[in-house]
Amino acid sequence: MSVYINKDTKVIVQGITGSTALFHTKQMLEYGTQIVGGVTPKKGGTEVEGVPVFNTVEEAVEETGATASVVYVPAAFAADAIMEAVDAELDLVICITEHIPVIDMVKVKRYMEGKKTRLVGPNCPGVITPEECKIGIMPGYIHKKGHIGVVSRSGTLTYEAVHQLSEAGIGQSTAVGIGGDPVNGTDFIDVLQAFQDDPDTYGVIMIGEIGGTAEEEAAQFVKDNMDKPVVGFIGGRTAPPGKRMGHAGAIISGGKGTAEEKIKVMNECGIQVAETPAVMGETLINVLKENNIYDKCKTH
Amino acid sequence: MNIHEYQGKEILRSYGVAVPSGTVAFTVDEAVEAAKGLSTDVSVVKAQIHAGGRGKAGGVKVAKNIDEVRTYAEEILGKQLVTHQTGPEGKEVKRLLIEEGCDIQKEYYVGIVLDRVTSRVTMMASEEGGTEIEEVAAETPEKIFKEVIDPVTGLMPYQARRLAFNINIPDELLGKAVKFMMGLYQVFVEKDCSIAEINPLVTTGDGQVMALDAKLNFDDNALYRQKDVFELRDLDEEDPKEIEASQYDLSYIALDGNIGCMVNGAGLAMATMDTIKHYGGDPANFLDVGGGATTEKVTEAFKIILSDNSVKGILVNIFGGIMKCDVIAEGVVAATKEVGLEIPLVVRLEGTNVEQGKKILDESGLNIVASESMAEAAQKIVELVK
Repeated sequence: MSVYINKDTKVIVQGITGSTALFHTKQMLEYGTQIVGGVTPKKGGTEVEGVPVFNTVEEAVEETGATASVVYVPAAFAADAIMEAVDAELDLVICITEHIPVIDMVKVKRYMEGKKTRLVGPNCPGVITPEECKIGIMPGYIHKKGHIGVVSRSGTLTYEAVHQLSEAGIGQSTAVGIGGDPVNGTDFIDVLQAFQDDPDTYGVIMIGEIGGTAEEEAAQFVKDNMDKPVVGFIGGRTAPPGKRMGHAGAIISGGKGTAEEKIKVMNECGIQVAETPAVMGETLINVLKENNIYDKCKTH
Repeated sequence: MNIHEYQGKEILRSYGVAVPSGTVAFTVDEAVEAAKGLSTDVSVVKAQIHAGGRGKAGGVKVAKNIDEVRTYAEEILGKQLVTHQTGPEGKEVKRLLIEEGCDIQKEYYVGIVLDRVTSRVTMMASEEGGTEIEEVAAETPEKIFKEVIDPVTGLMPYQARRLAFNINIPDELLGKAVKFMMGLYQVFVEKDCSIAEINPLVTTGDGQVMALDAKLNFDDNALYRQKDVFELRDLDEEDPKEIEASQYDLSYIALDGNIGCMVNGAGLAMATMDTIKHYGGDPANFLDVGGGATTEKVTEAFKIILSDNSVKGILVNIFGGIMKCDVIAEGVVAATKEVGLEIPLVVRLEGTNVEQGKKILDESGLNIVASESMAEAAQKIVELVK
């Protein structure tokens, strides 16, 4: 078991003929992901990396039976690409693209109401179920199969956490990057619920950052609904207020969204928060030991 | 991106949102000319800088006649205005807004922001105009009313009416208040605003509902389709290093410390700053080189860090995913060869193409302290700049 994706997931790549998409299509194929098609308007009928290209998502889905897509389409056209995938009734759309105007994402969220598709991202590294399926841009080799769920607003911090876990012999069930934008498809709570429901996930690392209140709401959810141990990290303790720290969503405004506030609420809800990113893995391992599940989680 | 009040008001005016008549002035003579062109005897001289709190800092003056306009313009132009948002060094006033005075009956607040919890645009209004909305929210939250807006329909008239009734706009001005709010929402969505804040919105003795102040901020990600807004950017209001960085699509924010940082990914960049601080150091900047950085971009990033005289050491922390370590390494080598490097440099590389990256650094002959982990790297650089 795993969350959202596994070895049977059939994936199409939207914007497959762009240079970033091509590079990562190759990487995903090498990892063993079933990339069954790509979509680039007017390039239908061609082939890249041995993968057939279609003009529309609808056609790609009909021809390949794909249930998931990954979007590398440039920001100006990304909202449209997501909606096209939703319209084609895919189960899962993962949007890697960053810098999508926020008004476009407000429309996308409204469009998706009542539809079956789950959107992960935008502005995210993707989702990986180690040794089965990698959809996105994360370096595959740092991941090991196992029982820890990872959910994060930041791409590179996810790699950092995963790397620490793998080095310590703790594998991962699935790692989900939910992205750094203020409006995203899947939030912490969605992923935490999925990890709670996944019998192969025994514990969770949740990585947040300054801005908004998603971490506080997630912490309350953990307290009320989860019996699996969760540890956390919050980036941006030293960030000055009123400055957007790279991610569109990472800003302390009107005194709200500070790291201190988030850490306080997480602690109150029973989530241990790593003091520095360097000890994310160590913090989890200690909690696993306290819960007597360290041996079960040690996979290699 | 931020713009000046007078520019915001011009945009509002073009959408039929009521604002007082006024003109921008760059010199004292222009200010006097502008005041002569107004239809009122009383005019207001307003410093134009990208910071709030101008009134309290002496940047807004009411002039009863042309002579007073001249006096105030001379006083404010060129002054370093220090407000609670400028920092202690203040900001030099280079532009003035000369505006018609108006007979204020009452001050209100109207603002539009994105509500992250509902993923919807939300209009807020309050009877407590003039004060900062954060203050009202903290002390009397029951005085703030909100309408969540469906992007399909946009703000509906009934929502605007409800807000107007809730904040006790007089019945005879209801129509004008609704028109104002509807127009403001149009501006927000059509111009890709991130904030549209009118504080205060005023009712006047001659029965007007108008914006006495206007703060419009814009979504940087949407500027590609808002060319006319982008034209309004005032580089005098920004840190020169941040401007330089933005030309190369680098996300850079200047801070007060002495350890320059170059990191990929915003989350890791923030966490790197936190780690430096944890070990007793002080970061000089936030710098995310982004995912698709080229050698050229990395070189520029390095030069920007080195151009900050307070930087006494540099920490490069890269976890390659989309970003390849060899590209970073080449950039670091190219930049140091170009501009020289006389301060300590600690580099931690991990992720995609890490071996090639390490090899490039090793063979460069540069005096680089390599580090295997983030904690170790932070400790080393903190030690080296002491």
